[in-house]
Amino acid sequence: MVHFTAEEKAIITTLWSKVNVEEEGGEALGRLLVVYPWTQRFFDTFGNLSSASAIMGNPKVKAHGKKVLTSFGDAVKNLDDLKGTFGHLSELHCDKLHVDPENFRLLGNILVVVLAKHFGKEFTPKVQAAWQKMTMSVASALASKYH
Amino acid sequence: MVHLTDAEKGLVNGLWGKINVDEVGGETLGRLLVVYPWTQRFFDSFGNLSSAAAIMDNPKVKAHGKKVLNSFSDGLKHLDDLKGTFAQLSELHCDKLHVDPENFRLLGNVLVVVLGHHLGAEFTPQAQAAFQKVVAGVANALAHKYH
Repeated sequence: MVHFTAEEKAIITTLWSKVNVEEEGGEALGRLLVVYPWTQRFFDTFGNLSSASAIMGNPKVKAHGKKVLTSFGDAVKNLDDLKGTFGHLSELHCDKLHVDPENFRLLGNILVVVLAKHFGKEFTPKVQAAWQKMTMSVASALASKYH
Repeated sequence: MVHLTDAEKGLVNGLWGKINVDEVGGETLGRLLVVYPWTQRFFDSFGNLSSAAAIMDNPKVKAHGKKVLNSFSDGLKHLDDLKGTFAQLSELHCDKLHVDPENFRLLGNVLVVVLGHHLGAEFTPQAQAAFQKVVAGVANALAHKYH
């Protein structure tokens, strides 16, 4: 189990309270599909993904990005039990969606870039460190039920 | 060998021209040491690395970050031959410095975050994709002579 210090928890929850989940969720998922194009294979039903602007403007990408980032919000509330929180989603991503867990790490890294871009000066080295830990821990929790 | 389209090369060089390479170098190396603390082990002689603030202000970190990123700049001028450009540095990092090549990928990812941080809206998804390709290419080139 990953251990977050009190300071890290405070950093994570403070930044989270300022995140626009709808906007940044859509941005993060969109950027994943642009920067790592093979990830588009999981989203066949999403329609037009033929260019960066098509992807970023795609309403299904935005909606799904919002859903994914909302789920991150659960993680923020349950930093002491990420494996429990994501147990069900882990099984889903393994058994039904067949997503390589490496993609969770990629999405986590993209989220860190989106937060840095969005928060500018506020995204200090310490904030980056706490969020990097957070996203990698969520990725591990999502991989924990894989078999 | 990394292959960038002309549009991607244009994006990368255009944005690179807008950043203060020396400053971004210091920031990137500093953030690497904060976000991935085990990397501090390679910098024993750098003095005070006892806190995020100490690291970010440390003159040796800044100087070395500047050196690293100027070397990266060389890479940008030789995108068609990254392996050749970084061959000597690859041997150095393997034979003398004993750096695990995974750390090159981590530094590349921190650089992408710092660029997002500095460039904000200008760091479009397409720009991020291009830079992610470049940092992966440089990391591979630096690992290439390892044995």
